[in-house]
Amino acid sequence: MYQIRIHGRGGQGVVTASELIAIAAFEDGMNAQAFPSFGVERTGAPIEAYTRIDKKFIRIREHIYNPDILIILDPTLPEVTDVAHGCNLKTKVIINTSKNKKDLPIDLPLSNIYTVDATKIALEIFGKNIANTTILGAFAKDTKMISLEGLKRAINQKFKKKGKNIIDKNIKAIEKAYNF
Amino acid sequence: MKKNNKKQTAQILEGSQAIALTIKNINPGVISAYPITPQTHIVEDLAKFKADGEADYEYVRAESEFAAASIVEGASAQGIRVYSATSSQGILLMTEVLFNIAGMRLPVVITCANRGVSAPITIWNDHQDAMTIRDAGFLMFFAENHQEAVEQHILAYKIAEKLRLPAMVNIDGFILTHSYEKVKIPSASEIKKFLPDLKVNKNQSLNPESPVTMGAFATPEHYMEIREELHNDLSGSLELIQEEYKKLNKTINLQKVKYNKAIIDNGLVEYYGPKNPKTLIIGMGSMMGTVKEYSDKDKRLGVLKIKTFRPFPEEEIKNIFKRLKPKNIAVLDKSISLGYMGILASEVKAISQQSGSVLKTNKINIKIQSFIVGLGGRDITQESIKRIAHEVNRPGQEMIFIKK
Repeated sequence: MYQIRIHGRGGQGVVTASELIAIAAFEDGMNAQAFPSFGVERTGAPIEAYTRIDKKFIRIREHIYNPDILIILDPTLPEVTDVAHGCNLKTKVIINTSKNKKDLPIDLPLSNIYTVDATKIALEIFGKNIANTTILGAFAKDTKMISLEGLKRAINQKFKKKGKNIIDKNIKAIEKAYNF
Repeated sequence: MKKNNKKQTAQILEGSQAIALTIKNINPGVISAYPITPQTHIVEDLAKFKADGEADYEYVRAESEFAAASIVEGASAQGIRVYSATSSQGILLMTEVLFNIAGMRLPVVITCANRGVSAPITIWNDHQDAMTIRDAGFLMFFAENHQEAVEQHILAYKIAEKLRLPAMVNIDGFILTHSYEKVKIPSASEIKKFLPDLKVNKNQSLNPESPVTMGAFATPEHYMEIREELHNDLSGSLELIQEEYKKLNKTINLQKVKYNKAIIDNGLVEYYGPKNPKTLIIGMGSMMGTVKEYSDKDKRLGVLKIKTFRPFPEEEIKNIFKRLKPKNIAVLDKSISLGYMGILASEVKAISQQSGSVLKTNKINIKIQSFIVGLGGRDITQESIKRIAHEVNRPGQEMIFIKK
């Protein structure tokens, strides 16, 4: 079983990101579960969401304390909270940042840290700083836990009612992050 | 109106959405609710289906939960299939109406997205809300996962309408309502094969052409008989629940996960574990997934999940005790009867006091201990189950709050 913990702030689409990973994994033929940390959702407050991926149906419902993958949507979070709590030497980190990974206050092996400037990509494509789908392109590339095709199908499914324009932009964003 | 009758496959859905889609396909005539976290997504989805022309029920926005319950009560009294959903303070505000609904034998179905009760204010999950209306006369189901919640809603309508008893399906707030997992939603036509349209008996419903009085004044000569009858019918539904559960699973393919360690699964209870566990862990709802997961690491553990809490399946549980002969039983409650112990725990303990019970006839000494877990959204971890399994094997009977 793979356990993924996503850190971000209220309003950044953290829960949607966890759901998209679950749908993408399911589209790839796996079982998946996603859930938020159930905080009182206030815009700007640090929040967490979780996704589990497994071949079997997932029964366990405890929060994710020891993630295999850490996704950090908000570049300012590592400075204010211990995002790496419960991580180990194998935990991979996908972080949205414009900084060099050497300059990040994350106490994990540099070889496991993958950076992507998802904010820049999102600003280019959407004209606003919504990096939640964008960063998943990097997640797909750097972890291989979901395929780019599965992620595209998940976006098509999730944003069906939002129309073709939104879907196309999101797909463009994940492709750009995938090839970052 | 668009009706989606094609056969559905499994998909990843939010728990609330899975329930809303199931209710849409069950096709009630009247839905009324008042929003309260964490139930809100369910009724928002149902309101949206109506607004988008995907459903033709009446959706009544109520000014309170008391009103919502009263609206579905009135509609049900006219012989219409109805639905409502609520949580926590909401179900407490409905309490008076819930007793009326049961007393008038109305087949109302309500979802309780379980949440703790104030004060202090909590929006997070436990079972205190449902346990507080335990004695209202509703059938009460508790779901472990999305698929079970879907299944229990369909089953709830069938039993409710066959026996004219109200039913409540309990799903853990946030843990199930706000999580995403694989679930299959049966289509309206699939459901209809199991759950036919509600037939209206003119003498049992409000109709200006043949007026009837419902829930009228009962003098001391009659009140007790009416209550006794309600109790007998509720208790007597245990067999029907098992029968209909079997039928449901034959009629509708829900693509349920089958476990080789699940020895018993009959709609009332599910047992998962070895044939002779040393320790039996009993509980309800979503936490049982985590308990099962942990039990795979400790071969002496058996897991008994109570799916139907009212009527209480005491014979079933007693027979399981007889068959499994555990030494220790840990009963996990996400609620507490303040000043005594966990509510499910006291009920499990009562089984051992029945005449001819396993504990007396077989002279097996089973220790039954109450553990309070997960109040107000406290995470129930595998580590906490490990601690319970350890504590229950130690001497001592006192109730323990498992905080981590």
